[in-house]
Amino acid sequence: MIFLNFFISGISLGSIYAIIALGYTMVYGIAKMLNFAHGDVIMVGAYVCFYAISRYGLNPLLGVVIAMAACTLLGIIVERLAYKPLRQAPSLAVLITAIGMSYFLQNTALLLWSSNPKVFPSIIGRGAFKLFDGALSVSHVTVLTIATCLVIMIVLSLFISKTKLGKAMRACSEDKGAAQLMGINVNATISLTFAIGSGLAAIAGALLCSAYPTLMPTTGSLPGIKAFTAAVFGGIGSIPGAFLGGIMLGVIEIFAKAYISSQLSDAVVFAVLIVVLLVKPSGLLGKQLQEKV
Amino acid sequence: MTMRRLINLKRVEARRIYLTYGVVILAYIICQTMSSTKMLSSSMRGMLVPICAYMVMAVSLNLVVGISGELSLGHAGFMSVGAFSGVASAILMQSVIPFEPVRLALAMIIAAVFAAIAGFLIGIPVLRLKGDYLAIVTLAFGEIIKSILNNFYMGVDSGGVHFSMLTDTTRLLKGGRLIIRGPMGISGIQKISTFPAGFILVMISLMVVFNLVNSRSGRAFMAIRDDRIAAESIGLDITKYKMMAFVTSAALAGAAGALFAMNYSTIVANKFDFNTSILILVFVVLGGQGNMLGGIIAAAVLTILPEKLRQFSDYRMLLYAIILIVMMLATNNAEIKYFLSRLNPFKRREEAE
Amino acid sequence: MAKAKTKYVTVPSTTILPERDASREPVLECVNLGITLGGIKAVEDFNLTIGRTEIAGLIGPNGAGKTTVFNLLTKVYQPTTGTILLNGKDTHGMSTMQVNKAGIARTFQNIRLFKNLSVVDNVKAAMNNDMHYNMFSAILRLPDYRREEIAAHRRALKLLSIFDMQDMADVRAGSLPYGAQRRLEIVRALATNPSLLLLDEPAAGMNPSETADLMDNIRKVHEMFQIAIVLIEHDMSLVMNICEGICVLNFGHIIAKGTPDEIQNNPAVIEAYLGRRKEAKGSEE
Repeated sequence: MIFLNFFISGISLGSIYAIIALGYTMVYGIAKMLNFAHGDVIMVGAYVCFYAISRYGLNPLLGVVIAMAACTLLGIIVERLAYKPLRQAPSLAVLITAIGMSYFLQNTALLLWSSNPKVFPSIIGRGAFKLFDGALSVSHVTVLTIATCLVIMIVLSLFISKTKLGKAMRACSEDKGAAQLMGINVNATISLTFAIGSGLAAIAGALLCSAYPTLMPTTGSLPGIKAFTAAVFGGIGSIPGAFLGGIMLGVIEIFAKAYISSQLSDAVVFAVLIVVLLVKPSGLLGKQLQEKV
Repeated sequence: MTMRRLINLKRVEARRIYLTYGVVILAYIICQTMSSTKMLSSSMRGMLVPICAYMVMAVSLNLVVGISGELSLGHAGFMSVGAFSGVASAILMQSVIPFEPVRLALAMIIAAVFAAIAGFLIGIPVLRLKGDYLAIVTLAFGEIIKSILNNFYMGVDSGGVHFSMLTDTTRLLKGGRLIIRGPMGISGIQKISTFPAGFILVMISLMVVFNLVNSRSGRAFMAIRDDRIAAESIGLDITKYKMMAFVTSAALAGAAGALFAMNYSTIVANKFDFNTSILILVFVVLGGQGNMLGGIIAAAVLTILPEKLRQFSDYRMLLYAIILIVMMLATNNAEIKYFLSRLNPFKRREEAE
Repeated sequence: MAKAKTKYVTVPSTTILPERDASREPVLECVNLGITLGGIKAVEDFNLTIGRTEIAGLIGPNGAGKTTVFNLLTKVYQPTTGTILLNGKDTHGMSTMQVNKAGIARTFQNIRLFKNLSVVDNVKAAMNNDMHYNMFSAILRLPDYRREEIAAHRRALKLLSIFDMQDMADVRAGSLPYGAQRRLEIVRALATNPSLLLLDEPAAGMNPSETADLMDNIRKVHEMFQIAIVLIEHDMSLVMNICEGICVLNFGHIIAKGTPDEIQNNPAVIEAYLGRRKEAKGSEE
């Protein structure tokens, strides 16, 4: 029963990683860049949500929607200002810019909201479902997180495979030049990708802080790195991969904390990642690209 | 003749190497005189050794990122291996070798050896991967090293050296000393790092990298970077040369770590986290990949800059971030570059020629 | 060098060898070589023997599998079936690097130079396996470093001078004109001391006078080094002029082998290139 409890909290944590990882993986797939600032967008989303709910007393759901809107806008602005001018630049330059953007967001948050940790109000209360005569307790947040993740997964997969915009995104990720020649607006598509990724980050921020209620300007960075790892784990660029990678990473992390050592849990997570990449060098569901000679 | 317009690389390279040595020596002489005539503020004086350590880190990471063309996001891990092994060995040698410069030199050599071993062990799995996957695995190893050192205990007593993981179970005899104390790191370090020692290490690392680059190994590193398949087709052993670059780089980083650590009285593993790795990468990219002098200057500027921005107190890291972004945009966006070149009268004349 | 004087001898695998090679072990023997790429048999039943000093051509329409054959020989792809014997030794399980050490060097269809290295460093990089000083000699600039570097530099310049490129030695390879880049690839391949040189479309993108120069250069290399050369080429005048034996590939199969004269008059070859004429229906080699 304890095992099951850990398993469920692992899936819950993994769901949050998965939602963040989706942002990483979509942006990577289309813009071939690691958006290091993504983790900090989560933090911004959580702050916006926090202020909407506890300062202005808005409905939590409305708070999340406002946070999504704010992050979507933020994502588009960041892309336009910092990444778009570097579309032709070497990938390392873009990476450093993304890191600069990450510092920028963190320090802006520090100025705006100070470094004092805020206690985030859960968007769904602190109640829990009691199962098996109370032997198994599953909090509402956990259920909501897992459910949200599943919904996002399904909607996003449908969006990518069925809609015109989704097809445009896939076309851009295959070959930007050819997509442009076929009349697809590549810049708009990349902006859209950033918008979706950032909107999802806001949801992830709200869920993350509902489960772990301390909110600081640095809240987003470690989950950001872990989610990025999850995206690579599942095969970066692949949406089901991000989902699978996120869930697995969450479960491994919780089990490592429970059964091995809480101090070494990060080391265990990263060790598993390394082993996976050695067996499958492009991640669990990633495509192996063969260079043409 | 069309040939005249093509740049003579040999001359450019040679000039760049001498310029780099020259600038470093000149900077050392200036700083040393300013420091001895008390013209340097005490905060600046305190930064001289860390700057040297970061310069070595920049040079060493440049060997991997600029010369071999692999992105490493865990370079601080090697720095911490060097810092811990270097400091621990310096403490163990304290009574045997009372002369500080020799102890420092030996500690740095031991640090380099330990870091090189770590580099070799990590290199075996890492170098089988490519591109972003390689980068993420170096990140992972950096975090693993940090986690392990955070949970590592080492003590010494009359019975010898004892180790333990997770909790302190070294059970030292009376009179023994617990050197590495898990998350508390090492404290009570004798600050034996000096600016001249830092300068010498910078010069050594430059010599190692420059001489290696201008040898058959260096040509192999760059050939593999430019075209892996062509490199294989002319019989280059990809794994061997990648490993050579990686291990050399790790060794230099280890020595830098020891230098860095022995400038402080306390050192903890969390100091060498992902952000430190990124900071070093920023030096390399900002200075220009493969450009040692650029990396060295970037290391100095970006270490001093946060200090100099102190007057802006709360805004200093924000300004730092903005400067970073603007510099990347200015050096990499074609339009902005063109705009800047028009502002620069010297550049314009050059183009007109 | 007049090609009319060369006498040909048939060997069991139905290739034509120059008479001077007939008594010697061939440099390369491919037996039933084949590879499946993405479910498609890109090359199948490829049998070919190359004599020790032969210049052979590999021709065929686009997509026939010519470059794939080179990739198989150099182990960029591991063959799914068949054997490759190089100097009588099976190359099974070897990597690209090992095959090069065993004696095959190649150029690439889409030029693959080390763009950021100077011209002479491109050549010296290829001499790596001839140099033996270790990294400590390099770092400390010990005498063996100096000795071997000087020797390598001299040899590199000598090789470059075959193609009149010694003046460009210190230029960045990526900034060379197209034709020079192609020539540099050949020099780089030669620097590895191959016994078999594979040239993948060496004349692609060259004008007729450049092609004529290239032809002279290939002959010069052949004469100087006495090695076997296999070239893929679409320029028929070059192939017919320079090659002693020609192998024609279509849809991954060899459709004809023979001397230039035989190939020029082979109905199957004409069909592959020009399409089927009604009268020529069903004609096989």
